[in-house]
Amino acid sequence: MGHPYMANSAPGLAEEMLAQTGYASVDELFAQVPPEHRMKRPLELPERLGSEAALRRHLTELVGRNTSCEDALSFLGAGTYRHHVPAICDEIAGRHEWLTSVWGTPASDQGRFQAWFEYSSQLGELLDLEFVGLPVYSWGCAAGHALRMAARITGRSKVLVPRVLDPERRAVIGNYCASAQQSRQIEIETVGFGPDGRLDIADLRARLSADVAAVYVENPNYFGLIEDQVADVVAAAAAVGAEVIAGVDPLSLGVLAPPGELGAGLAVGTVQTLGVHMNGGGGTGGFIASRDEERYAREYPTLQVSICDTTEPGQRGYGIPLFAQTSYGAREEGNDWTGNSVYLWAIASAAYMAAMGPAGFAEIGTAILQRGQYAADRLAAVPGLAVRFGPGFFREFVVDFAAAGKPLAQVDAELRARGIFGGADLSRAFPELGPCALYCVTETHTQADIDRLADALTEVIR
Amino acid sequence: MTGADSFPPDAAHAGLRRYHAARWDELTVMELGQPGRRGVLIPPAEPAIAASAADAAALIPERARRARPPALPELSEWEVLRHYLRLSQQTLGMMGVSLFGTCTMKYNPAVSASVSRLPQVREMHPLQHPDTMQGLLEIVCRLDLALRELSGMDRFVFQPGGGADAAYTHACITRAYHAARGELGQRDEIITTIQAHPCNSATSAAAGFKVITLPLEENGYPSLRALQAALSDRTAALMVNNPDDMGIYNPEITRWVDAVHEAGGLCFYDHANFNGVMGKVRAAELGFDACMFMLHKTFGAPKAGGGPAVGAYGCTERLVPYLPGPLVVEQDGAFTLTEPADGIGRVREYLGNLPQVLIAYAWVRAMGAEGIEEASDLSVLASNYMDAQLVQIRGVTRSHPQLTGPRMEMVRYSLETLTRETGVTAVDVQNRMTDFGIDAFWLSHEPWLVPEPFTPEAGEMWSREDIDEWIGVLWHVCQEAYETPEVVRSAPHCQVTRRVVGTGLDDPLGWATTWRAYQRKQQEHPAVPAAAPGTS
Repeated sequence: MGHPYMANSAPGLAEEMLAQTGYASVDELFAQVPPEHRMKRPLELPERLGSEAALRRHLTELVGRNTSCEDALSFLGAGTYRHHVPAICDEIAGRHEWLTSVWGTPASDQGRFQAWFEYSSQLGELLDLEFVGLPVYSWGCAAGHALRMAARITGRSKVLVPRVLDPERRAVIGNYCASAQQSRQIEIETVGFGPDGRLDIADLRARLSADVAAVYVENPNYFGLIEDQVADVVAAAAAVGAEVIAGVDPLSLGVLAPPGELGAGLAVGTVQTLGVHMNGGGGTGGFIASRDEERYAREYPTLQVSICDTTEPGQRGYGIPLFAQTSYGAREEGNDWTGNSVYLWAIASAAYMAAMGPAGFAEIGTAILQRGQYAADRLAAVPGLAVRFGPGFFREFVVDFAAAGKPLAQVDAELRARGIFGGADLSRAFPELGPCALYCVTETHTQADIDRLADALTEVIR
Repeated sequence: MTGADSFPPDAAHAGLRRYHAARWDELTVMELGQPGRRGVLIPPAEPAIAASAADAAALIPERARRARPPALPELSEWEVLRHYLRLSQQTLGMMGVSLFGTCTMKYNPAVSASVSRLPQVREMHPLQHPDTMQGLLEIVCRLDLALRELSGMDRFVFQPGGGADAAYTHACITRAYHAARGELGQRDEIITTIQAHPCNSATSAAAGFKVITLPLEENGYPSLRALQAALSDRTAALMVNNPDDMGIYNPEITRWVDAVHEAGGLCFYDHANFNGVMGKVRAAELGFDACMFMLHKTFGAPKAGGGPAVGAYGCTERLVPYLPGPLVVEQDGAFTLTEPADGIGRVREYLGNLPQVLIAYAWVRAMGAEGIEEASDLSVLASNYMDAQLVQIRGVTRSHPQLTGPRMEMVRYSLETLTRETGVTAVDVQNRMTDFGIDAFWLSHEPWLVPEPFTPEAGEMWSREDIDEWIGVLWHVCQEAYETPEVVRSAPHCQVTRRVVGTGLDDPLGWATTWRAYQRKQQEHPAVPAAAPGTS
């Protein structure tokens, strides 16, 4: 019986093909593998679910044990965000032509190259930066690469990163800056935060010196707070010849000042919020962008797509610039490394940005600001709760449970019992805050959702 | 185009498919639309919310407000959808026959894709309490167990976002392992081979190691002697593929592993080419400490033109403490998350690309042990079936022609003879084959050890008819190279655009990775890149 995934498993075909090879048995084709290397017993795997019906039933039974953020009311953010993904983004990203295949030539897969170029072009508009690479695995990976780029650009080996930083992202950065050789290590120094939860600019200034390669600054920061000092950071860094890498979520850039305008030479961030589902963290993707200057462009580890000529005069094509500096082109002499990444998300993001347009980004920013403020006001009014760090946040805010009268984990468990996922617990990564959680409110939350949260918290904490 | 006299010659007389790509002359999205058109609307604030936060701009400190809106296109929903559908149609994208070597083209089953799109996968947040993610965690656990059986390793993680990221994971774990033994400063060399994928050497270097690259001997793999000469108390690890992309299996690999272990190094098996040895060899039984499987290649998950992908990283007990977290552990049928004792932290945020993990798990279940073994048999059979015909094509030779025995699931060929005799290169042939609806073949990783290389991998999904069609097109194009070489050199003729000219792409005046850079450079240097929309 033929297997649906293997055309040549139909009875008799293998024998016919074997006859063409001149070998007597399939086993002879493995003559290169010494017998002592061969597995001594048959594979032992769970029984085959040969029919699609049986397989689907098994898979849906398994995933049915999950409770999704569509089933529950979720206020989780902290690096991964639930925004509405327009149905056309799914329709487009699901197209077989780019979902199943790997690469063609720029002429045979022109549509994919153009879609990638449109991803970079639109992201560049949001960021106010002219050079954008194809996406990398995640925001953390983008930050890690950008810090390494800055170290190469400046020939320096110290970087400053904020204390207020996603612990997952910080852990990735830690690996990217470490080295097997002491001489190639990038030293990470942490810049503290002030009483307002924002970057302590005095601490930053004290740490800035001529051996600093880069300052990494996020806006909004991990606590959701809008940094209004990015231009000051840029000026202070410039004074010692350090690069500034701005970490941003492009979704915020309909209302927040873009990194290019604020003077950052490099920017990194997420693409997950641009038309990609959370996928349990599997929607993660990052970008690296910069001013279109050689000093930056020649340090990119990524592939990128450029408009170029074809052999037909006047025809527009798309090619890959600076390929030779990647690890594909130069192995260990290349810039870091590249490989399969999250290029499908570039296409989903291109469609998302095109659907949103300037008005969509402005409106979603406004909607998030308004809903967030409403939610913060509601939670601040719950007896036993306080909102830390005051106004001026985007999408997320820190809720203090110190006076709640019960441990945060218990509050979360009681919320779960009511079908609510509370905000991300900050107490492990930020013990200095005490029992605090990061609550996330997006355009997907209605007033009723927020009221339900406030009411549930009132009940739970009572 | 009809008749053999047209240029390029009609395919029909050669019995080949008369293909032509869709060509919509589609402008970039940046050039489409009209002010005020909307592709999606945002839910407006309810009255109570609007009242409590009426002036949204006031919620942003003045210096942090955006002054000018981004110059994005303004399109209706249908215009966006149609634009990208047209671009998808302008992508050959495996609608033909893709034998893209090293990437193991596979059918991506529709059923697992559809399940991966359910809200209970898609709308899951990575920081949810494990109690609410039991299904996903169980899938992670079950695939881990299956990969352990296939490799003999003791634990897998799916955090790495691709094969290269898994290689990087190994480089980081190598650092942590030697650091824990107080030998980090001393062990700063990683050994690889010139035939190993570039990611092995590149990620080693990125993790701060010096890279030693062993050359190949006449028999197609480096000598044990060369390895022994490279080994010392500075050796941190060996990172190799086996078989390599030429379809050559290193029969001395266990002696290699022993030698590296004796020198105090770790051994990493880049299993990019696992498709030919599934159920035949197990990495741990060959002595390796760690290995990597690409779920988007061998295990039926989509490649998506470059990810999202998964480099499943597995290791033996002694490296488990250094794995990146979190790990999924089962206790009495319930699944929780833990952090490894001396773990390297994260190479990427979260547990990995879970939809792809689900799809790979589904593939393992749909295939079963017997199907997985059969897939290896069929892919090696198909490769040797092709080989018998390809070597008869004028202008085509096999790498290491002195090795006359069977190869594994792919073989590297050379068009050097064709190029010498006709001036037509491998890239020309690649382009011309796309004129018949054949997806571009893979040439070779850098450096090209084999001149004018191409590397087809037939795999288990393509039918014999597909393979015959592919061979027929190559035969035809090589024939053209001898008879009408200009047809091949000037290909493609039936594609979306003519051949892309890459000159100028490494010049700051010539590259433009965004529309705004393109426009600026057009203004400043009007002569530089092409201007008009794609027409012909």
